[in-house]
Amino acid sequence: MLAEAKSAESTQAPGTTWDVERIRADFPVLHQTVNGKPLVYLDNAASSQVPQVVIERGSMYLEQEHSNIHRGVHYLSQKATTAYEGARETVKRFINARESKECIFVRGATEGINLVMHGYGRKFVSAGDEIIISAMEHHANIVPWQMLCEEKGAKLRVIPMNDAGELLLDEYEGLLNERTRLVAVNHVSNALGTINPIKAMIESAHKYGVPVLIDGAQGAPHIIVDVQDLDCDFYAFSGHKMYAPTGSGVVFGKARWLEEMNPFQGGGDMIKSVTFEKTTLADLPNKFEAGTPAIASQIGLGAAIDYLNSIGREQAARYEHELLRYATERLSGIEGVRIIGTAREKASVLSFVIDEIHPHDIGTILDQEGIAVRAGHHCAQPVMQRFNVPATARASFAFYNTRQEVDVLASTIEKVIEIFS
Amino acid sequence: MSELSELYQQVILDHNKKPRNFRKLEHANHSAEGYNPLCGDQLTVYLELENDSVKDVSFEGSGCAISKAAASMMTQAVKGKTKPQVEQLFQEFHTMVTGDPEEEIESNQLGHLKIFAGVREFPVRVKCATLSWHTMHAALNNQEIVSTE
Repeated sequence: MLAEAKSAESTQAPGTTWDVERIRADFPVLHQTVNGKPLVYLDNAASSQVPQVVIERGSMYLEQEHSNIHRGVHYLSQKATTAYEGARETVKRFINARESKECIFVRGATEGINLVMHGYGRKFVSAGDEIIISAMEHHANIVPWQMLCEEKGAKLRVIPMNDAGELLLDEYEGLLNERTRLVAVNHVSNALGTINPIKAMIESAHKYGVPVLIDGAQGAPHIIVDVQDLDCDFYAFSGHKMYAPTGSGVVFGKARWLEEMNPFQGGGDMIKSVTFEKTTLADLPNKFEAGTPAIASQIGLGAAIDYLNSIGREQAARYEHELLRYATERLSGIEGVRIIGTAREKASVLSFVIDEIHPHDIGTILDQEGIAVRAGHHCAQPVMQRFNVPATARASFAFYNTRQEVDVLASTIEKVIEIFS
Repeated sequence: MSELSELYQQVILDHNKKPRNFRKLEHANHSAEGYNPLCGDQLTVYLELENDSVKDVSFEGSGCAISKAAASMMTQAVKGKTKPQVEQLFQEFHTMVTGDPEEEIESNQLGHLKIFAGVREFPVRVKCATLSWHTMHAALNNQEIVSTE
C-alpha cells in the first residue's frame, strides 16, 4: 500500500521536464556527505541505490508478512507466498514475458547465467559443439561457458569488436553454424556502455535454430525490455542494479526450454515427490527454485519495478541519455582524458583513462572529493586487453544524477591532472 | 584535501614519475613477479645477492602511483642490507601501513619510507603499497610468483 501511495505522488505527466530534485528525494542514501563533500554517486553500474518505497516494502514484509513460502497452510505463509508470487507477476509485465512461470527468481544475473549453463548447457552441449560469446562480456558471461566447454570438449567462439567498442556483426554471422549450440551476449556492456543490436543478433542465431541468452544486467535498468519482441530464449538481470536490494534477480527463459532443461540445484520446493528410488520434479517455475529464496529482496524487486513505472521509464531513459551525452562532452573536453568505448549506441556508462595516471589513483582522489566511481577492470579483463589498458575509471549514471554532479566530476578530474602534472 | 595530500605527497609523485632502479637487472640471481589481480598491477623485482646481502636491486612493471613509488623507494631502502635486515624492514613497513592511524610509528629503521604512513587511511590501497615488498620477500625466498589476493 505504501508503495502505491508514494508511486502516485511521484507520477509525472508525460512531456514535462525531468524533476531530478524530486526524484532524488526518493533516495535516502544520496543525502549524505563523504569526506565532508556531498556524495556524488556515479557507480550505478556496479550497484544502484534503493528508493524509500522499496525500503518500506521490504520492511513491511519483515514486520508483517514474513514466513516461508509455498508450504505453510497458515496465514503468514499465504501472505508471504502472495507477495512473492505478486513480484513475479510484476516482473512478467516488466519484461513482457508470455507467462510468469518463465520468470525464474535467482540471486542476480550471474546466478541466472549459471542456471542456464547447468540446465541447458550440460544437457544439450556435447564434444565438438560451439558456444558463441562476445569480446565485451563480463566475466559472468565468459567463465560459466569456459567451464562448460572444458567439461564437454566444446569450443568457445568470440565475436570481435572494433576500436569504438562495437561488435563486428559480419564476423558474428560467420561464426554461426550447425555446430553452434548457444549464443550468449550482453545487452549493454558494463565496461564500455555499448548497446548491442541484440534483436538482429537473435534473429540471425534463430536462422540456425540456435537459442540466445542475453546478459541483461546493464540492459534492464536502462532499456525497456520486451522478451517477446526480442524473441530471446533467455534474459538474465540483477535487482540490485535496478534499485532493488541485493540478492534479487531474474532469469527469463522460454517455457519450452525451461521444460526441457535439467534442474539447477536440488532441494526443497523444486520437487513434486521424493522417494529414495526416484524424484519427480516440480513444475515451472519451482523446478528451478530449490530452497528458501531471498523473499524480502524479490518482493523489493517487484516494488522497484512499480517505482520505475511510476516515474516513467521512457522519460528516465531519455534523461539518462542526455546526462551521458553531457558527461561525454565535458570529459572529452579535458586534455589528457581518453574515453574507452565510443559506440554510436550507448547507455549509462562512461569509461575513461588519463595519460600517465593510473585509474586507482583517479578513483582515490575522486573519493576524497565525495565522488564514487569504479576503478579497475570491471570484471571484463578481455575488454581491457582489447583496448590495451590495465584498467579504466568508470562513471555510470542513473536518472537521479544531475548535470551539477557531472560538473563536479569534470572539475575534480582536472584537479587530478593538476596534482600529477 | 588534507588526507589526500598526506597520501599523494610530492616525494611519492616524484618517484611515480621518475622511478629509481626501474630496469631489468642483468646480473640478477634472484627475481620474482608480483600481481595485484584487483588492480591489474604487475611488477618484477630483480635481486643480486652476494653473501646474503643485497648487492643490487631493481624492478620493472606497471601500476598505480602508490605501488610504483613504493617499489622505487623500496629498492633504495634495501640496497646494501642483509637478508634479515630486509625482512625486518618489510615487517616494519607492513605494520606501519596496516596499523591504527592514531598510533605513533615507533620504528627508527623506516626513515624515508615513513612517508607511506598515509596509506593507513586508505585500506583499499594497502595492497598497492605492499606489492613490491611481498614480491621482494618472494624473490629472497626463491618463490617465483606472488599474488596479493
